[in-house]
Amino acid sequence: MPLIEVRDLRKTYRSAVAVEQVDLDVHDGEIVGVLGPNGAGKTTTVECMAGLTRPDHGTVRVAGHVPWQDRRAVTRVLGVQLQSSGLQAKLTAGEAVAMVAAFHDDPADPGELLERLGLRQVADTRYAHLSGGQQQRLAIATALVGRPRVVLLDELTTGLDPEARRDTWQLVREVRDGGTTVVLVTHLMEEAQQLCDRIAVMAAGRVVAEGTPEQVVARSANSTLMSFTAPADVLPAAALSGLPGVGGVERRGDRLEVVGTDDGVLAVLHALQARGVEPVGLRVSATTLDDAYLDLVRRPDVAPALPRRDAAPTLQESA
Amino acid sequence: MTATRTTSSRRARPGRAVLATEARLFLREPGSLFWILLFPTLLLVVLGLVPGFDEPSAEFGGVSFVAAYVPVSCLLAAIMAGVTAMPAVISAYRERQVLRRIATTPARAAHVLGAQVALHAAAVLVSVVLVLAVGRLAFGVPLPAALPAWALAYLLALVAVLGIGALVSGTAPSSRAASTVGTVVFFPLMFTAGVWYPVSAMSGLVRDVVAATPTGAAALALDRAQAGELPTLLQVLVVAGWAVVLSVLAVRCFRWQ
Repeated sequence: MPLIEVRDLRKTYRSAVAVEQVDLDVHDGEIVGVLGPNGAGKTTTVECMAGLTRPDHGTVRVAGHVPWQDRRAVTRVLGVQLQSSGLQAKLTAGEAVAMVAAFHDDPADPGELLERLGLRQVADTRYAHLSGGQQQRLAIATALVGRPRVVLLDELTTGLDPEARRDTWQLVREVRDGGTTVVLVTHLMEEAQQLCDRIAVMAAGRVVAEGTPEQVVARSANSTLMSFTAPADVLPAAALSGLPGVGGVERRGDRLEVVGTDDGVLAVLHALQARGVEPVGLRVSATTLDDAYLDLVRRPDVAPALPRRDAAPTLQESA
Repeated sequence: MTATRTTSSRRARPGRAVLATEARLFLREPGSLFWILLFPTLLLVVLGLVPGFDEPSAEFGGVSFVAAYVPVSCLLAAIMAGVTAMPAVISAYRERQVLRRIATTPARAAHVLGAQVALHAAAVLVSVVLVLAVGRLAFGVPLPAALPAWALAYLLALVAVLGIGALVSGTAPSSRAASTVGTVVFFPLMFTAGVWYPVSAMSGLVRDVVAATPTGAAALALDRAQAGELPTLLQVLVVAGWAVVLSVLAVRCFRWQ
């Protein structure tokens, strides 16, 4: 049984559909990324897992417990870092970790955790006086101090500089290596590619792709990029754009750039051979997760325009 | 395994941990501590030092000006706590989503709110003891002759005023709005408690209107209990009614963010 099991989740706020038909499995020991643009339903999904939101339809089980029914059991196995939530302004970092530790029967050692997260020297600093990066790390510390089996990290590195971001990534790897399963909500492709064993891409309230980052790239319509030199009079771009598996053709001077599936690449090569055109300087490469992601979330059939959910009372999607 | 609890592991008490944390934070609010704990007594001391204010006066039903201000100062402590100090804390917790953060742990957001109400109530009661003690020791104001009735009337008034504060805290869209609404409620409450002019010395329509407010009815009930009489049933019902209605409204209308 998966550690977290989400089935056919649906949540509507007034007339706006936040999530629909969302299925998601998180297995022991994985780092699973939930990706998607703002308003895609990531936060709603995560809130349902954390028991903060009750869906209209569908089920969530965390280690077998339904979050909004058995809050106590779920909060024992699930540590949560929420993107926009804070702590009491005058609480020091050390007190915050100690407080959450006192909520649990068998917590981790707060001092050790502060040390591991590089917060020892600010243990006596009040929350309001911590830097953004320190506040983020403190949020992770409070999410981990109950020794959860799985930790939910929502927009973990938003607002961090590149160095702090890489440090945080390293930390997430260490958390997983320590045996804690990680659910990572992000809109950063690099973050997902660096960290995640599996990702689920959400758009307009649905999961539009799921798998390893490589699988998601391969499943996108334009998983391959090829380019070669062929003058316009020899080979007009229009000659290739209709081929099966070809997603797009673009001419840059003498060079043609074609994106498409693997089959599209073969189709282009056959077409060139048939016309006797030699593809000079041929380059074929996999598109990046970035490209695949944009392709997935922009496809009109999966991303119908949805009203923004700013007015929804229990939602706060990230900026 | 996480669901089972072995006998060797300690049993966590999240509610208690929240209360301990909030108590510590409460002591870091010098403004709240001053206005709730010290200001009511200071007001009494300043008035008591004015020559003649400790002489019995026919205007205040035969008691001195200072004696008339003892229950007023006590009500002032409740108002300071209920509509200025507490809404500031709770609305900030809502705005910064502290309550949601706590709700994802084994503790509940209600633990935080309960701790805030309990701590502010406790501070008010300490302040009341201080006011009564200073009134008695420094200015010879006797303790309330009908002490149980006095205590009952006061506690009901405290619940009503904390209810107003909780209602403001739980419904204001931001902490700035909460402080604005708090200020707007603050002055009428002070007036009806008799801060500017003792309620027992008011007359006519003003007195009738004030007697229908939670702090006005409480002020009249406290005056009677001070003199050894039981408060009238109407006074008790008015204060109790406000206490119930405001508490229920505060709980019903509370929005988490």
